[in-house]
Amino acid sequence: MNLWLFRMLRSSVGRKVLMAITGLLLIGFLVSHLSGNLLVFAGRDAMNDYAQFLKEHPGLIWGARIGLLAIFLVHVITGLTLAAENKAARPIPYQKEACIQASLPSRTMARTGLLVFVFVVYHLLHFTFGVVQASKHAKHLEGLRYDVYDMVVLSFHNPIIALSYIVAILVLWMHLWHGASSFFQSLGWNHPKYRPVFEKVGPVLSTILCLGFLSIPLSAWLGILKAGGM
Amino acid sequence: MRITVHVWRQAGPQEPGKMVAYDLDNVNEHMSFLEMLDFLNESLIAKGEEPIAFDSDCREGICGMCSLVIDGIPHGPEKETTVCQLHMRHFHDGQEIFIEPWRAKSFPVLKDLIIDRSSLDRIQQAGGFISVNTGSAPDANNIPIGKEQADRAMDAAACIGCGACVAACKNASAMLFVGAKVSHLALLPQGQVEKKRRAIAMVEAMDAEGFGNCTNQYECEAACPKGISVEFIAKMNREYLGAQLSGRSS
Ligand code: HEM
Ligand code: FES
Repeated sequence: MNLWLFRMLRSSVGRKVLMAITGLLLIGFLVSHLSGNLLVFAGRDAMNDYAQFLKEHPGLIWGARIGLLAIFLVHVITGLTLAAENKAARPIPYQKEACIQASLPSRTMARTGLLVFVFVVYHLLHFTFGVVQASKHAKHLEGLRYDVYDMVVLSFHNPIIALSYIVAILVLWMHLWHGASSFFQSLGWNHPKYRPVFEKVGPVLSTILCLGFLSIPLSAWLGILKAGGM
Repeated sequence: MRITVHVWRQAGPQEPGKMVAYDLDNVNEHMSFLEMLDFLNESLIAKGEEPIAFDSDCREGICGMCSLVIDGIPHGPEKETTVCQLHMRHFHDGQEIFIEPWRAKSFPVLKDLIIDRSSLDRIQQAGGFISVNTGSAPDANNIPIGKEQADRAMDAAACIGCGACVAACKNASAMLFVGAKVSHLALLPQGQVEKKRRAIAMVEAMDAEGFGNCTNQYECEAACPKGISVEFIAKMNREYLGAQLSGRSS
């Protein structure tokens, strides 16, 4: 690798930029993931058509999966090494801790990030690999294709599963509350004209995204979304 | 007024330290915080005890030597005020006050409340200068600089290098200090020639000293006695990235 690139990506500023770019790409993924997921409200056919479309385009879905995995790993590994260095930079803590103005989400990025990571593993085991609720997963065949709609809605009829998703989404909310404002600064963009706007982007964007995600387990749990066999 | 101060006492760099409580009566509200400590030290000396070691020099808020964390906040509770300019009228009778040194791996404690800030000097030495002689004071006017530009450079140059940003940061990051130093020279025509080399050298020196990494919480800006804006951290990021991406030496 070119020496300058290597040096840049090893520096504090360079790794912050990696966090910002990968974080931004992950937000992009969340937007598209949510748009797809909201099709449950358009009905069983719309949702299952979408799922079938993805299945019939393995190039698209595998490209996205591999890209996402790489982005995710860079974000997680860089985030955790930065957090470990940050901890090591103050070996003796203050006897009296104080915080002047930093928000709770900004102070818990590594912790909320780790929880999101745990959730992503669980989420993949649940819907993608069908390990959680294995017996139910296999049954959701609608004629000749997978009935993704039923799989999702029936899953969330289980209050424990619905609750675990709701908690995970609230944690993601915190992560993005700070993250979706913070990336501007990491990329070197701050200015008195834009700063008040950037400071609102995280809270507003994270709230919109997370309310969208929350609507699905909540609607299924509360019986607003009905499964086929019920 | 009567107060109780809990002070970090540590005999030397390798000695273990601990908080020690001192009751202090007859504190005048017009005393500065450092004068209150002088007053306490006089009574300690009178009793034959070792006085509390703490840094100060100008005592008028311009040198950046004073460095106390008061109740968890560098330079204490008043906004944009060094601890030498903080007065006891901001505290109340009977208050318990905790006084600790700046805490960071890169700022080892030398004695009591005195820390070694030479890590900041080494970052400056890596690039915080202009290599050619730019003349004496009158020559400054030979190069006209717009008012807005001069003001911005001055906003960055207001940094007194006290290290409160590091002390306030949850990650003990020095990015506000380095951001101010990189920006100050990058904003002036005299600083242009070495701008790329400077940004890279100062960021790398900062990393080598073992400071933490900014997580954009802006506690530094809130604690800074000179109100240096975190905009300068963004500018440092820009300067550094631009220098790496467009620099011609590898
Ligand atoms: C869908 C998942 C995720 C999204 C959309 C996301 C998004 C973001 C964004 C936008 C930032 C701000 C970057 C910046 O300050 O420049 C960020 C920061 C961070 N993320 Fe994530 N993240 C996700 C998952 C994770 C995971 C799984 C971890 C793992 C442990 C993690 C750890 C961190 C840490 C530690 C930071 C703070 C970095 C810093 O300020 O230095 N994130 N994230
Ligand atoms: S002693 Fe000089 S700034 Fe406080």
